[in-house]
Amino acid sequence: MADRDQPRIVGTPFRRVDGVAKVTGRTRFADDLAFPRMVHLKLVRSHVPHANIKEIDTSAAERIDGVIHFVRGEDMPNTFGILPVSQDEHALAFEKVRFVGDAVLGVVALTEDAAEEATRAVKVDYEELDTIGSVEEALVTSTDKIHEYGDEGNIHKKVSMEFGDVESGFDDADLVLEDTIFYEGNTHLAMEQHAAVAVPEGDGKITVWSATQTPHYVHRALAKVLELPAAHIRVIACPNGGGFGGKSDPFNHEIVAAKAALQIGRPVKICLTREEVFYCHRGRHPVTMHVKTGFKKDGAIVSQHLKTALDGGAFGSYGVASTYYTGALQTVTYKVPRYRFDGLRAFTNKPPCGPKRGHGTPQPRFALEVHLDKAAHALGMDPADIRLNHLQPKNSVTANWLKIGSMGLEECLQKVIDGSGWRQRYGKLPEGHGLGIACSSYLCGAGLPIYWNHMPHTGVQIKLDRSGGVAVFCGEIEIGQGSDSVLAACVAEVLGIDLKDIRLCVGDTDLTPVDLGSYSSRVTLMMGNAALQAAERAKELIAEAVAERLQVPAGQLVFAERRVFDASDPERGMTFSEAVATAESKFGTLGTTGSYTPPRSPGRFRGAGVGPSPAYSYSACVIEVCVDRETGCYTVPKVWIAHDVGRSINPALVMGQVEGSIYKGLGEAMMAESALRRLPKKRSNALVHKFPSMLEYKSPTFLDMPEIVTYLVEDPDPNGPFGAKEVGQGPLLPVMPAVCNAIFDAVGVRIDQVPAHPQMILQALDDKARGGPGRYGPKRFPDVSWGEPLRVPTPDEGGDGKAINAEQVGVRGGTMKEDPEGVKS
Amino acid sequence: MMRLPTFTYVGAKTLEDAVTALADDPEGTRLVAGGTDLWPNLKRRHQGARSVVGLRRVAGLRGITGDPAAGVTIGAMTTLTDILRCPMLRDGYPGFVRAVASISSPVLRNMGTLGGNLCLDTRCTYYNQNEEWRQSIGYCMKEVGDTCWVAPGSPRCWAVQASDSAPALCSLDAHVVLHSTAGERVIPIADLYNDDGIVYLTKSRTEILTEIRLGPAGARRSTYWKLRRRGSIDFPVLGVGVALELDGGTVSSAKIHLGAVHSFPVAATAAAAHLLGKSLTEDVIAEAAELAKDPASPLDNTDFTLQWRRRMVGSYVDGALRELAGLPPKATPSVHGEGALALEV
Repeated sequence: MADRDQPRIVGTPFRRVDGVAKVTGRTRFADDLAFPRMVHLKLVRSHVPHANIKEIDTSAAERIDGVIHFVRGEDMPNTFGILPVSQDEHALAFEKVRFVGDAVLGVVALTEDAAEEATRAVKVDYEELDTIGSVEEALVTSTDKIHEYGDEGNIHKKVSMEFGDVESGFDDADLVLEDTIFYEGNTHLAMEQHAAVAVPEGDGKITVWSATQTPHYVHRALAKVLELPAAHIRVIACPNGGGFGGKSDPFNHEIVAAKAALQIGRPVKICLTREEVFYCHRGRHPVTMHVKTGFKKDGAIVSQHLKTALDGGAFGSYGVASTYYTGALQTVTYKVPRYRFDGLRAFTNKPPCGPKRGHGTPQPRFALEVHLDKAAHALGMDPADIRLNHLQPKNSVTANWLKIGSMGLEECLQKVIDGSGWRQRYGKLPEGHGLGIACSSYLCGAGLPIYWNHMPHTGVQIKLDRSGGVAVFCGEIEIGQGSDSVLAACVAEVLGIDLKDIRLCVGDTDLTPVDLGSYSSRVTLMMGNAALQAAERAKELIAEAVAERLQVPAGQLVFAERRVFDASDPERGMTFSEAVATAESKFGTLGTTGSYTPPRSPGRFRGAGVGPSPAYSYSACVIEVCVDRETGCYTVPKVWIAHDVGRSINPALVMGQVEGSIYKGLGEAMMAESALRRLPKKRSNALVHKFPSMLEYKSPTFLDMPEIVTYLVEDPDPNGPFGAKEVGQGPLLPVMPAVCNAIFDAVGVRIDQVPAHPQMILQALDDKARGGPGRYGPKRFPDVSWGEPLRVPTPDEGGDGKAINAEQVGVRGGTMKEDPEGVKS
Repeated sequence: MMRLPTFTYVGAKTLEDAVTALADDPEGTRLVAGGTDLWPNLKRRHQGARSVVGLRRVAGLRGITGDPAAGVTIGAMTTLTDILRCPMLRDGYPGFVRAVASISSPVLRNMGTLGGNLCLDTRCTYYNQNEEWRQSIGYCMKEVGDTCWVAPGSPRCWAVQASDSAPALCSLDAHVVLHSTAGERVIPIADLYNDDGIVYLTKSRTEILTEIRLGPAGARRSTYWKLRRRGSIDFPVLGVGVALELDGGTVSSAKIHLGAVHSFPVAATAAAAHLLGKSLTEDVIAEAAELAKDPASPLDNTDFTLQWRRRMVGSYVDGALRELAGLPPKATPSVHGEGALALEV
């Protein structure tokens, strides 16, 4: 059998399989594709934030040389959306627009220039409506609804759940601490802008090439909106030049390109501008949070109540899941025996928010870790100890019914405490210098699929033949994270062959088994397990045939060095291609499959679907900052981070993901913000993205990166392939709170929001000098009536994972019923 | 992809070609040096052009002559990288070189020229956006609209002067040479700028900036402090150019110019005057720094908040003066351009 304890490729820093093509420019991204007779699509986008569409006048645009076709919203009446409960998008708006950037018309021309010129010549007559620019405005505006569905007024989703008696927990506490904290929205900023090409086939079918993280969901949305059988649509995901969650939704430009291609019978291409990517968004939700926690004197949490308010933007996107995620993972790092979570998501006239690296969890993680830092100081404890002493144990079930398997956070904490010299340096650095600590955890794939079904979450098919070459088919998508390399490594490891002997075919809905997509940090664990299963099955076939020919027990055969041989007599064997030929002779054409479905989670209440995962990764981080008291400017000279990845498939790629997370995290902590700008109301109705450009939307460059010390903690998880867990998202989470905690250590003020700008530090310092608390942050959490929470007894209370008041609470209107036909009546 | 509009390109080979082409159609013609400002502006349709006159091949516009003892002349087409690689400029005019080192990124400094940086269009976050975005706010007065959105009651445009070299050269009393079919004229560089976000240069549309002249460096000390978000790349949200001479421990001449807090590089005259005849003590410096805030008019049309930028005027003038006085720093400049200078050594 595959010797999983002594792998030959797995665990070594091998060269990524797509590396040479990427650095030599041979990778074909969606924007690199061209087809004969191809024409170009541009979308006319709304320049008003909220309005009814009265008329679209294309007469001037029609006269522009090269313009050949217009695609209209009425041609595509079916709605779509990533979640079955939020099918609230039209490919092109034809009744109303909901934010600046909402697409209203497709223009097809022989050249991109002509298409662009024509978009400017299209005149759209709008009847403007009042705009809603914040959660607060959404809460007080119940008429003038952005959408007709939702829990109430402009509240898209409102959830309230209680695990154990939280109030009585506060009564038992020695210290009850409350904090109100804000996390500004931000966007993915992938280098590659979204692009898609739709190619009509001769037989009425269509192929859509796209820069997408989720071809399977694009496939479903295309079938629904185009009203074609899914079998007649092929979606091919091109390698993504970065995704980070920004290419996880099905997008209107993909659908409009496909519609246009079908209408005119020519390949149609669209590449978004950077500004349009800012409008597609689906980035981090701005979230205001209130956290109240009861602590014992030793720092143990007895009870916690978290409230979150998400500014969702104009569409549902993943928002219902995002809302639940702001509450789901607060319990998996430290013991929280009683827990209440109230969360809401509001519709606003802004680019729609969705999943960005860490999906819904960095915001409450920031709140929790800053809150814990304050608790440690209030209790006279070392902030490292309040964490170390109260870790959620491995192989346990949390109060909100999440099942924890491996848990390497203690080792992670020890690594960064030792590496940074925390015990000697914390609280003792010179004026202006400080250290901050924070931890985090993240999913290794969501336990449930986005739409309800009992099928596998991923599948891998292997085809082998006498050439010795192995073709591996999987619906996974390389978004830069290294999934192609993981897939090849898992198969090559089991079959004892070289990575170069493997031909990958990925992300193609016609040719590859379904994989749900590159999101949720699910690919390594899920696809890896499916690949192992398929490879083991292939190995069994080969071993059976070789054993028969060599007269050696199959169990005694070793697959290594591109050979299959007798473990007791290595000379006795054959090359891998001879071995495959032997099997092909015995069994006929060879092919195997593998698939993966996550284990069932113990939670049985409404909302229990968000949070469960086959495994959780853990990270701990110490950050050093240097703050200038005169200006409030600060720098981050050094970061120490430890990540429990279970086991590295490729430590070089794992470290790359960790360092990329630090980069992204520092951007969110220090500068990145998707701020909107409202013009003076009496003069203008405008509500625009403040900086939809890569110059003014700030993000660190590589010259701004600090020194990073990365520790990989390997505590193999039984559910991971070779024990591997995720690394793409988790290590980002501790960065933001560690920065703000370090600012406190440096100059003694609390910045309770990110990004933490220099002027905030100065304001907090001024406040402290005047005898105030020395804090900058939001003053209040919005007034919300949460109603009766769903009550779920905890495992400690002898609960069974079910709510005890499900019938009283009922189901709110924020949950759209999916029309199985999907056709608008 | 954003593409350039169509225009006629005139690749001038001599200065006379260039001024003649310009004189033919001053309103419809644009000059291009390195293109790092004009091309993005044309792509975003900030400016249209019937024709663009390229200065790259015009002989005699690129190069550095003279020496700090007698004065230095820099051709307008000299690249920013050329300036960083010139040791005598670094020795004689450190404030100017430090300003140049803080401009943009190495790649853009390789293309960008000194003349281009001095003529840089004023910037504003209500203006430096794609055309679709500008349509969403109904445009602004710098373009076809009638409102200055950063100060809606204002009759004027408040776009921000964003050149780093301009305040540094103003503080050094540099002169510029302007050339047209009518001949050439030499003016103090401070007079090149106009107090208006739209007509931000006094240079007529038929004139070409050809040379920058620096006087003898003498015993003058100079520095430039730049405030921006990232150490790697960004326009200034504040630039402080300071040059002064000491005579036996007291200040005999002082110039302080502030960039990015007005539509032109504004002189902090009261602050500079306060220094004259005094020794550079901590108190005198702090008083001057306080006075320097007065002429600054930061508005909410750059990165960061305007209140903080205004406060930073004091901190940065204080810091720059302390540096020149040899006093220990209170504030650390966010960017000094040392990284860029180190790269060029």
